[in-house]
Amino acid sequence: MSHAILLLPFAALLVINLLPRSARSSAWIVAAGVFAVQTAAAILQPFGVVDWSFLRSFEKAVGFTLHADNLAVLLLLTAGIAGLASLLVGSAGIVQPRARFAFANLVLIALIGINGISMVRDLFSLYVFIEVTSVAAIILVALRDGTAAFEGAWKYLLLSSVASVFMLASVALFLLTAGGVSFDEAAAALAAPTPETWIAAALFVCGLFVKSAMVPFHGWLADAYSESTPAVSVFLAGIVTKASGIFALMRLAPAVLTTAGPGRMILLVAGAATAVAGAFLSLTQTDIKRMLAWSSVSQMGYIVMALGGQPALALAAAAVHFFNHTVSKAQLFANAAAVEAQLGTRDMDKMGGIAARMPVTGGTSAVATLSIAGLPPLAGFWSKLLIVIALWTAGQVVFAVIAVLTSLVTLAYFLSLQRKVFFGTLLPEWAEVREAGPAYLVPALALAAITVAVGLGFPFLLPILLGGGA
Amino acid sequence: MIIITIVLVLMVLAALWASLTTLLLRATIALALTSAMLAVVMYSLGATIAAVMELSVCAGLISVVFVSVISLTQRKPFKDYVTRRMSRMRRFWALPLVLVAIGVVLSFVHAPVQIALPLPGGDGDVRTVLWNLRQLDLFGQILILLAGVFGVLVLFKKDGPDGD
Amino acid sequence: MAIEIPQSFWLYFIFFILLLVDGLWCMLATYNLLRILIGLEVLMKSVTFFLIVAGFLSGRMALAQAMVITVIVIEVVVVVAAAGIILGLFRKNDSLNIRTTRNLKG
Repeated sequence: MSHAILLLPFAALLVINLLPRSARSSAWIVAAGVFAVQTAAAILQPFGVVDWSFLRSFEKAVGFTLHADNLAVLLLLTAGIAGLASLLVGSAGIVQPRARFAFANLVLIALIGINGISMVRDLFSLYVFIEVTSVAAIILVALRDGTAAFEGAWKYLLLSSVASVFMLASVALFLLTAGGVSFDEAAAALAAPTPETWIAAALFVCGLFVKSAMVPFHGWLADAYSESTPAVSVFLAGIVTKASGIFALMRLAPAVLTTAGPGRMILLVAGAATAVAGAFLSLTQTDIKRMLAWSSVSQMGYIVMALGGQPALALAAAAVHFFNHTVSKAQLFANAAAVEAQLGTRDMDKMGGIAARMPVTGGTSAVATLSIAGLPPLAGFWSKLLIVIALWTAGQVVFAVIAVLTSLVTLAYFLSLQRKVFFGTLLPEWAEVREAGPAYLVPALALAAITVAVGLGFPFLLPILLGGGA
Repeated sequence: MIIITIVLVLMVLAALWASLTTLLLRATIALALTSAMLAVVMYSLGATIAAVMELSVCAGLISVVFVSVISLTQRKPFKDYVTRRMSRMRRFWALPLVLVAIGVVLSFVHAPVQIALPLPGGDGDVRTVLWNLRQLDLFGQILILLAGVFGVLVLFKKDGPDGD
Repeated sequence: MAIEIPQSFWLYFIFFILLLVDGLWCMLATYNLLRILIGLEVLMKSVTFFLIVAGFLSGRMALAQAMVITVIVIEVVVVVAAAGIILGLFRKNDSLNIRTTRNLKG
């Protein structure tokens, strides 16, 4: 299956580009089809429904070293969902045919990059696919015409390239001291660490920190998220930053970093600092998308903190929060897109009482808010609980307390968002506003439904999660 | 030994010239010179194919891109940039000196760096390695070139990208 | 080749650090967008150099060259994308000065 997942979007890409100009508008449908197939395949994979052995001869011909384990399936599923949501939002948001064509192609390229990240077994190939995803995302950010979008793209590009330098220096050091750059060779080298191998691992982790906007490299994310066109924001927040940075950390932490005791402390400290900084920076925002961007930074700090918890639970907790945050944040960005489309502004101080005029948007955003803030029985409650338990049982009581306190701050700023935008008195200038079109509502409703379903069904999912893993 | 060290020194000097010169065109030429010196070093270390790629692509293609961007953005006279830039550089003078000092100290420490043992069967040819073992990277190269094509389509149109 | 090639790690490491520092300094100490890009390019060259040195000293030149070829391709695409963004910024602000683009804060 691993090769099929990588090559299906590529085949779609070729098909779209070989079509005659008149048929180019179908590119959107093809891209949506690819994402749907990926989501379905990822859901069906653990149940062994589809027999992929018919691809065996093809896989032998191509010399890829890929391995789709359960962690990879998680990323494939998340990417599929986020991509579908993004395409739906973009079908109303991006109007120009040339921009639509470029968007569909770039999103497919980013998808191949993400699929590659999920399945590689080699540090250098990981770097290559991270770069593919990042470059596609950078161009997507610049898709919107306007100086602010270019500024966001520029910052993203600069910091992404600095991260590349870190990662390549690390790869060179691993080549020098371990003689190879695959995961196994790196893990073997770290099993008997010398100062050089330790520096190499630290450099790679630093590069990944930059890509996932951990403190102190968090400066680029807010601009890129808030200034890009809404469909791109959904895609970025939903999956790109997570795939290029956080997922790689999740992949490497157990296998490569286990022997490094200080490594765990670095994850804990960086994660906690990011969670706290992101939360406090969200409090002061007036732009709705910027607040959501800083909230994303904070939640990703949570995931990194979870990786520092007790090994048996750490990966499961991080994985669940990974999935929940994608679903909730993609949905919130879809809501923000709806609000921006109908109201024409992103300044929350100018809004008020919108829920009376846009009930679906208001209702679904309330669901997402409560989930991220950690209210039972929604999905976010379970993931936060798992993280706190993982930290507590590992003896990291201080960090568990920090996690709980930061979730209170999270609740505070999300409630303030709800109050400013949706509830309160309806301001006169918004009295004529109508609910957004189906392009914005369908993804919001679907994602909210997933949040509720995962929350209610979580006790059944937990044994599968703990039994699975890498 | 001496020759390689001289070429390395020239490379660093060219990079320094790229940072310090006032005219952007001269900086581009300095960057191309840095690439050329790097290619010479790579060739003498035995990386012949990579050296050729570095020379033709980095010293060639990238310089063309830079020159075309410079020609498309000619507006203000350059001397407006000179005085402000010099004062900013004076602000940062401590950083390179500190790092070079660290490097010199490290070199005198001469701590043994543990280097991996060479492979028993020899290394193999880069062509076989690239085409047989690292096919995934080749696939990644194709992908990123496609992304670059769309980037050009989106960013370089006369009237700018059409977003929403 | 009849030239004796030095095997010392620290010699090459010093030059790597020098290039790295030069690239970082160039990126930090200028207001011009194109010069920032030049600094970024110097950074990438330093790390390319380090990759080749690592391959040379550990005897794995084939792998190092294969990696460097891929890195060069990625570097070119990044430069082209950056040039496009710089052009876009120039068209909007009529300036290559980074201070005119620092509008987003906080």
